[in-house]
Amino acid sequence: MADKRVKEPKGVKLDHISKIYKDPKTGKEFYAVHDVALEMKPGSFITLLGPSGCGKTTTLRMIAGFESPDEGEIYLGGEPINALTPNKRDTAMVFQSYALFPHYNVFDNVAYGLRLRKVPKDEIKRRVTDILALVELSGMESRMTNQLSGGQQQRVALARALVVEPGVLLFDEPLSNLDAKLRVQMRTEIRRIQQKLGITAIYVTHDQSEAMSISDQIILMKGGVIAQMGTPMEIYYHPNSEFVADFIGECNFLKGKISGKDGKITTIDLPAGKVGVTTDKATKPGDDAEIVVRPEAIVIADQGQLPCKVELSCFMGSYQNYHVRVGDTLVKITDNCPVNKKIYNVGDSAYISFDASCAHLL
Amino acid sequence: MAKGQGAALDRKKLMGDPIMMTTIVVLIAFLTLFILYPLAILLVDSLYGTNGFSIDTFKRIFGMWTFRRAIGNTLKVGFVVGILSTLIGLLFAYVEVYVRMRKVVGGLFKVVSMLPVVSPPFVLSLSMIMLFGRSGLITRFLLGIYDNDIYGYWGIVIVQTLTFFPVCYMMLKGLLKNIDPSMEEAARDMGASRWKVFTTVTFPLLLPGLGNAFLVTFIESIADFANPMIIGGSYDTLATTIYLQITGAMDKEGAAAMAVVLLCITLAMFAVQKYYLERKTAATLTGKASRGRMLIEDKSVTIPLTILCSLGAIFVIMMYICVPIGALFPTWGYRFTPLTFKWFSQVFTRYRGLQAFRDSFVLSLIASPITALLSMIISYLVVKRKFKAKGFIEAVSILAMAVPGTVLGVGYIRGFANGIFHTGILSSLYGTGLILIIVFVVRSLPTGTRSGISALRQIDKSIEESAYDMGADSLKVFTSVTLPLIKDSFLSGLVTAFVRSITAISAIILLVTPSYLLITVQINEFAEKGAFSIACAFATILIIITYGAVLLMNLFIKFFGTSRKQKEVD
Repeated sequence: MADKRVKEPKGVKLDHISKIYKDPKTGKEFYAVHDVALEMKPGSFITLLGPSGCGKTTTLRMIAGFESPDEGEIYLGGEPINALTPNKRDTAMVFQSYALFPHYNVFDNVAYGLRLRKVPKDEIKRRVTDILALVELSGMESRMTNQLSGGQQQRVALARALVVEPGVLLFDEPLSNLDAKLRVQMRTEIRRIQQKLGITAIYVTHDQSEAMSISDQIILMKGGVIAQMGTPMEIYYHPNSEFVADFIGECNFLKGKISGKDGKITTIDLPAGKVGVTTDKATKPGDDAEIVVRPEAIVIADQGQLPCKVELSCFMGSYQNYHVRVGDTLVKITDNCPVNKKIYNVGDSAYISFDASCAHLL
Repeated sequence: MAKGQGAALDRKKLMGDPIMMTTIVVLIAFLTLFILYPLAILLVDSLYGTNGFSIDTFKRIFGMWTFRRAIGNTLKVGFVVGILSTLIGLLFAYVEVYVRMRKVVGGLFKVVSMLPVVSPPFVLSLSMIMLFGRSGLITRFLLGIYDNDIYGYWGIVIVQTLTFFPVCYMMLKGLLKNIDPSMEEAARDMGASRWKVFTTVTFPLLLPGLGNAFLVTFIESIADFANPMIIGGSYDTLATTIYLQITGAMDKEGAAAMAVVLLCITLAMFAVQKYYLERKTAATLTGKASRGRMLIEDKSVTIPLTILCSLGAIFVIMMYICVPIGALFPTWGYRFTPLTFKWFSQVFTRYRGLQAFRDSFVLSLIASPITALLSMIISYLVVKRKFKAKGFIEAVSILAMAVPGTVLGVGYIRGFANGIFHTGILSSLYGTGLILIIVFVVRSLPTGTRSGISALRQIDKSIEESAYDMGADSLKVFTSVTLPLIKDSFLSGLVTAFVRSITAISAIILLVTPSYLLITVQINEFAEKGAFSIACAFATILIIITYGAVLLMNLFIKFFGTSRKQKEVD
């Protein structure tokens, strides 16, 4: 069966790698990737997340061997691989454009890597059949790739990479060419197969919800450096900067001053009133403070912590979307399941409040 | 910041890929030895003589009034031919893209655009003489003019214009198709007449493209050897002057210096065309046509334009047909009946035609797969791989496009007759069939490379990367992915190289030795001697061979082409 892997998954270590590019217009050199250091455990699912130009794809292509790092060393399964060409590395990549061979049918596409490895014919047949069953493409063996839908092409690309049992599987924004619904379906599928096979996977995307839904670890990059690294939940609830907080979902920033501390809860003095925030950080009264609160953590009601004025009220189906003004600050609120709740209209006055454990001090 | 390690690793990876490494080294050696070196030796030879460095040779050739006149003649012809070809090409392109016309007319256009490709370069000169010369069919027998002198300036201009305007037509057609019709519709909508739309929207958008077409034709005209040779009479251009300087005056240093002058002119034009106009064209016409164009159906516009173009097309086709027909008349200009095959049989019985066709055919047949493969490898390296010498390889193979055949021929004489740098090394190459094959390859390489590059740019880079990533080495990637994907382009490159080689003359005529008989050289000789019927017979057989090759390729692509399976689905 396909779920019995012959080879063990490998870990990947990036030992302070950097890549320098030259700006074609100005001729100036800059770091596309700068001093990225991390270790990925065998069998884990890691996502490199970030806006375009953050260096995530360059990092992935350095692991695959298409680019050479200007500083640092890459280890695959403990072995340094800097000097190896892509064909000598135990990696397999799923490309953004799928990169299927248009002159081969589905079977030959998937069998390509096995034939290169001189696997016996009957074993190729068995392994390709198994892997096509795993990606639910049984019976499609003789189709040409342009006779397949986008989602099916994506599965062929995945099967082609999986069948060679690579030490690490690389994904370069594999779902960005699919429509929204299929994207959600495919990411679940990828995660299911990865966990079933216990394979190491490195996944590049700019879509934060995709990253959160499939990863063990997220590495959020900005301007060539790692902005934050952690589990999806850590990154979502404990962002270490305004950039991370903002990138990883909608959020509100509230600025004020530290006024006091009571156990784990620190009180912040905002222009509109006082709020509490749970934090381990050492603070002293009078310091500037900025807290992050997610829109779904805020409750709007007739009474609460901070007075506000409603500026936008919009029914979205599963939630009611509000923009309210608190002092000078615009605060976004998503009020889930609004069917039995009071709906505030534009111009209404109300109060907002949130639990100290839902707020995060930057 | 130090890029050292990355570059070093890239180098190391390249070294770890011996096939790739060898290919690059061999390519660089080939390009240097057979393109750069012959051009360099021309400059060296004309500047560095027995008494050291001097510009005496240049002083001498510029002292010759024949040479000065040839420069003037060449530029004048090139300019006029460039303008005329561009204008006629524009007319044809405009009518094809903008005017609703009958299918027959479209067919005529297609034939006209293909004829110059499959014909030997001097066919039109032959038929021009036969139709409009002193004993021309039209001038003498239809109009009764007995002393019409077609030789000279006008002869060259007319023949070159008819030969080169289809190139302009094809180039401009491509550009016009890329103009988004909604821009013109917007102008119409705001109240502009059709003519106003053309002068204020279409024409300005097309202007860099027109300049581009003009310069391309200009370069072709300057480099053309065969037509001025046959129809030029005493009106010498640079290409013919250089040829005569070698074969007549036996002045190789002088010819080398003249070749340098000719090369400088074409290179300058080429630089302007390549780095200024081509970029500008791309910048103004990036938009793909968003939807189909409303064709002009107004009869007062369509009828005159269609008639004008059809007549032009029929005239051109008639000129080409004249050649096979001319070979069937017993004596051209004197007796027209009964039609006879005697000239064709004489080709083989009296004039060693079989050997000529065999030599030309075999040499071209050997050269064409080499050319096709070489140009595909160069395109692959240029488009898909990154390495240090890439810029060099691309530049040299494109530079070869701007080198007139005559210049290359003189360069080979100077560069190889006495061995490399006159040391005797490799001198055994000179006079062999191998050097003719190499010239064929070098002459067709730029066209092949250009079409290979554009074919490969269409293919997503990650397809090859994915094969590479799966464990295929460079050779395997090229043979199992790249080549199958550009099979059609490879095949047409193969045939183009074959056709170009078998119809080539300008460089070859300087290098061919008596041990090889080449058809084009034979035709040229007979035409010079005034033996037009036998020249026509040779040319007819040549046209049949080249046309046959093109037909064969089209059939092959139709049945075995890569795109077949994909097309079936679409």
